[in-house]
Amino acid sequence: MSGTWMTTRAWLLMLPLLVVMVAVIGWPLVDTINLSFTDAKLVGTGGNYVGFDNYTNMLSSSNFSRTLVTTTLFAVISVAAEMVIGVLAALLLNQQFHGRAVLRALMILPWALPTVVNATLWRLIYNPEYGALNAALTQLHLIDSYRSWLGEPGTALAALIVADCWKNFPLVALIALAALQAVPRDITAASLVDGAGPFNRFRFVILPYLAGPLMVALVLRTIEAFKVFDIIWVMTRGGPANSTRTLSILVYQEAFSFQRAGSGASLALIVTLLVTVLAVAYAALVRKTAGSAA
Amino acid sequence: MLKTITKTLVGAVFAGELFVPHAFAETTLNALFMAQAAYSEADVRAMTDAFAKANPDVKVNLEFVPYEGLHDKTVLAQGSGGGYDVVLFDVIWPAEYATNKVLVDVSSKITDDMKKGVLPGAWTTVQYDGKYYGMPWILDTKYLFYNKDILEKAGIKAPPKTWEELGAQAKIIQDKGLLKTPIAWSWSQAEAAICDYTTLVSAYGGDFLKDGKPDFQNGGGLSALKYMVDSYKSGLTNPNSKEFLEEDVRKVFENGDAAFALNWTYMYNMANDPKDSKVVGKVGVVPAPGVTGISDVSAVNGSMGLGVTAVSKHPDEAWKYITFMTSQATQNQYAKLSLPIWASSYDDPAVTKGQEELIAAAKLGLAAMYPRPTTPKYQELSTALQQAIQESLLGQSSPEDALNTAAKNSGL
Repeated sequence: MSGTWMTTRAWLLMLPLLVVMVAVIGWPLVDTINLSFTDAKLVGTGGNYVGFDNYTNMLSSSNFSRTLVTTTLFAVISVAAEMVIGVLAALLLNQQFHGRAVLRALMILPWALPTVVNATLWRLIYNPEYGALNAALTQLHLIDSYRSWLGEPGTALAALIVADCWKNFPLVALIALAALQAVPRDITAASLVDGAGPFNRFRFVILPYLAGPLMVALVLRTIEAFKVFDIIWVMTRGGPANSTRTLSILVYQEAFSFQRAGSGASLALIVTLLVTVLAVAYAALVRKTAGSAA
Repeated sequence: MLKTITKTLVGAVFAGELFVPHAFAETTLNALFMAQAAYSEADVRAMTDAFAKANPDVKVNLEFVPYEGLHDKTVLAQGSGGGYDVVLFDVIWPAEYATNKVLVDVSSKITDDMKKGVLPGAWTTVQYDGKYYGMPWILDTKYLFYNKDILEKAGIKAPPKTWEELGAQAKIIQDKGLLKTPIAWSWSQAEAAICDYTTLVSAYGGDFLKDGKPDFQNGGGLSALKYMVDSYKSGLTNPNSKEFLEEDVRKVFENGDAAFALNWTYMYNMANDPKDSKVVGKVGVVPAPGVTGISDVSAVNGSMGLGVTAVSKHPDEAWKYITFMTSQATQNQYAKLSLPIWASSYDDPAVTKGQEELIAAAKLGLAAMYPRPTTPKYQELSTALQQAIQESLLGQSSPEDALNTAAKNSGL
């Protein structure tokens, strides 16, 4: 009796939230799914139902496969680099030294900047005529003439990854730093007494404490990196010769520039599905990691 | 606007006048402009202030976005139901905007005085299928700018008349060690590249479309891209051109790092402004060159117009604002960064003074303006061509193959 009442009360209390969620997530999703089976234009009439045409056309297009490869490359490399740099930065900032508080505050700055500001900044740094990177590398005699970093397919993606890392490693560092503070001092002290070297101490004493939080950072960053749009749109607009075009840019072009709302919706759902699969896989991994750490 | 409505409603309720209509209902217009090139943001604000002074019952909210955001922002606002009353639009969009009912047909509002006074070429900016979708406002084409100082040092007497000659002169400048790469273009993966390409297509007498089907892969269209690739490979063109937009070209030219640069009208006065530029007084301007036996000069129609959106609740006030912004008086007053659409302005000393050279070039260039194709699928066509240009420049594909692929991907 009271159990049923509790359940009913729980649902009643959640009702406002459920209504909001259905309104802001559920309905647009249903609408997008519906749209993805039509040939609707962005403006004008609703369009006709075309079955799975949008999906088959999209999945079989060379644009899609090429863009998927670019997106995956971008996501895998930038997230891997952000994880490594983030953890290293956290280990450094976890040491006792003068000015640590200031450095911690400074480190968060790139992450706190709006992405568009960040991207514009890096565009200036990479500027082929007057950019700081060219000036620095020339003065160090690493290159003999100014290069067009964002204008060559070979370097454009790498240049974007560097900019993205710079912006996002602080998030990883922050999460790792919080986890490091939770490592009991007596355990690290004991490992020192037992004669563990720095690497073994990190691997067997500290890492287990970091694993759970780092998995969360990894999931967050992977999903974000897979959806990357603004930093690339500002810096290269997908160029040169589409070498930095990611899935989100393809969705944008399809739905808004070319105004094929139906086709754009199908692509957006494909991306959603891919990201969901990644998230679910990671979530399972997090549960496993958390389980083994406990 | 929402704010105004809320304010009015709240005021009405508190005053207990809910059923009394407001005597001095103020209309607020939302207008979308471009944050670069042609008229400066300050100019547009000053023009709008003058309009507001003359029309105290109309308020205009201005919003400025970069050129790259103008189209998508307009379309998105339309799709979301709210948005702008007045929008600035590029010459390539009326076909799409008319087909998708973004802009209203204002043919009946164009007066005979307007028809007689405005340069005939300017009207092509706002027309589609025989109807008018606004007023031309920025009349523009790309000119060939040159650095007089560098040409003189190289012993070159006159700026080039043909594209071949341009290459030859650039070679002299390069050989004399005056500049490493004398020519600057805006060939980034963006509309800017299409404007440079179109200028060359017009020089080589090419066609974008024939009977609604792509034709740029043949004849003049192919020669134009081949010229770009040759100029790039020969090293006469600044290799960074393939990531430049117009503003990058301007900076390079103003820094004295280019002998030749293709750019819009606005660069003329900016490059002569000591605040910005190191080449003040050395800026030469001529129409873009032609091709021996085919054309004397070349030019792209890069004009823009102001139109009333189909969702506007105040189309009359919006049109009033547009007529003010495009009036000869307003345009003459701000003729430094953008030349007027009115034919008689070009004989007005107040307009020509201090920019005689530009006016001389404009008379030839504006008469030769070549349009980019008017098709509702323009964005797709342009995106496909941008890719073709970049792939050819990067050597990933031959101009022939790249243009054939673009024709296939153009959606036409």
